[in-house]
Amino acid sequence: MILIPCPNCGPRNSSEFTYEGENKERPNAATVTKAQWRNYLYLKNNPLGWTTETWYHSSGCKKFLVAERHTMTNEIRSTKALGQQGGAS
Amino acid sequence: MSRNKPVKYSALGLFKRGLSGKEWPRVWRDVDLKKTYDVVIIGAGVHGLSTAYYLAKNHGVKNVAVVDRAYVGGGGSGRNTAILRSNYLTPEGVRFYDRSVDLYRHLAADLNFNVMFAPRGHLTLAHNDGALRTMRWRAEVNKVQGIDSEVIGPEEIKKLVPYMDVSDDTRYPILGALYHPPGGIIRHDAVNWGYARAADAMGVEIHQKTEVLGINTAGGKVTGVRTNRGDVSAPIVINCTAGWATLIADMAGVKLPIITHPLQAAVTEPVQMFLSSVVVSGSLHVYVSQTDRGELVFGASTDPYAAYSMRSSLEFTEELAGHVLELMPSISKMRVLRQWSGLCDITPDFSPIMGFTEVEGFLVDVGWGTYGFKAGPASGEAMAQLAATNKTPEIISAFDLARFEEGRLASERGAAAVGH
Repeated sequence: MILIPCPNCGPRNSSEFTYEGENKERPNAATVTKAQWRNYLYLKNNPLGWTTETWYHSSGCKKFLVAERHTMTNEIRSTKALGQQGGAS
Repeated sequence: MSRNKPVKYSALGLFKRGLSGKEWPRVWRDVDLKKTYDVVIIGAGVHGLSTAYYLAKNHGVKNVAVVDRAYVGGGGSGRNTAILRSNYLTPEGVRFYDRSVDLYRHLAADLNFNVMFAPRGHLTLAHNDGALRTMRWRAEVNKVQGIDSEVIGPEEIKKLVPYMDVSDDTRYPILGALYHPPGGIIRHDAVNWGYARAADAMGVEIHQKTEVLGINTAGGKVTGVRTNRGDVSAPIVINCTAGWATLIADMAGVKLPIITHPLQAAVTEPVQMFLSSVVVSGSLHVYVSQTDRGELVFGASTDPYAAYSMRSSLEFTEELAGHVLELMPSISKMRVLRQWSGLCDITPDFSPIMGFTEVEGFLVDVGWGTYGFKAGPASGEAMAQLAATNKTPEIISAFDLARFEEGRLASERGAAAVGH
């Protein structure tokens, strides 16, 4: 079990969280082309190594957090609350 | 090119060897890596080996190297739960997987290798109305394609699997099941070894412990691969890896819509045969079958986050055991012998990616999620045809890489994975 240090609740089991996936910059919907939008939807880096991703503390504080995790060792070296807490409440 | 003449396996041969006590020869050769090949295949799993086999057998392309960073069948091809079936949801998917089951049916004779195919029947349980509706839908799609598949009720399930708890007083009562008699299990290692031996016999070279470190391209065309044993040039390079598919594709500058998730499985101690069918429950995230050795093989859904780690976890075993016991409470005294995990390349539509990329000569046979092993022969046959003729065969035309850009996904979400 991975322990995820939630910025609000402290270290908690990963089973309390919902995995949202790798962080990616969302293109501007007003100017985006079809190809760019599909890239945003489907293409991930899927790296072997450190990755920055979002988790949702669904069985806890119900806030989103951003974690840096290593995809081979599952070590988490940092977590922080997601910027604007969008959609969390 | 040197041809290898393997010993033909037969009952009489076995008897003679038993009497003479003569050693069995090596099953495939170990040879030096050459500087150039017609085709280099990355990944010596069922997909890579079957592609090489059909290239040599159906198209006469024998100057082929299959390279693997580890050993034959050490990845997903030796870590899956060896279930075969063709009762998918889209007509393209059903057609494709049925071709694979068909090839598996005759594989032992084709390869002169006992692959222990056992078409014991396959049950996908429905625990709610939504699931039952999907089963009916699948059954109708299957029947139109000529595949034996039907929805059955709890009494009939009880007849097929007497130890199943089909009563109403469980947390998730069983409402029915999709019954697919041609489905079954096979010995996955034997399939890998059989393909390796048969391909080797026709002149294909299998290079284990040969890691691809880079892919050479020039002017948008592939020219070869760099390995830990030196550079190799080839006009066609096929990426047949699972788990590492995106890392290999990155070397050629090709981006794939794939996320890698681990999937865990476990086996119990062997007991006398009591479970003939393969039992799958999407709601309970579990599938069970009993091998010819008597062990129960359990698989689950993929781990809920992307990772390349192949470590097993205790919470998996606990959850799995809980779910299995909901289906069959009477096996609670059985002990788990071992557990392991493998890597699954998940695509957005739960269908594989086979065919050309924007780099000429760099072909992919990837994105095999949780359904790669059962597709091995059909994908090898189709990829061999594609590589030999430079044209996409009809049977895999729905699964090309361009479908994501062009917005024509082939969604198998309802039939390809458990727990979705």
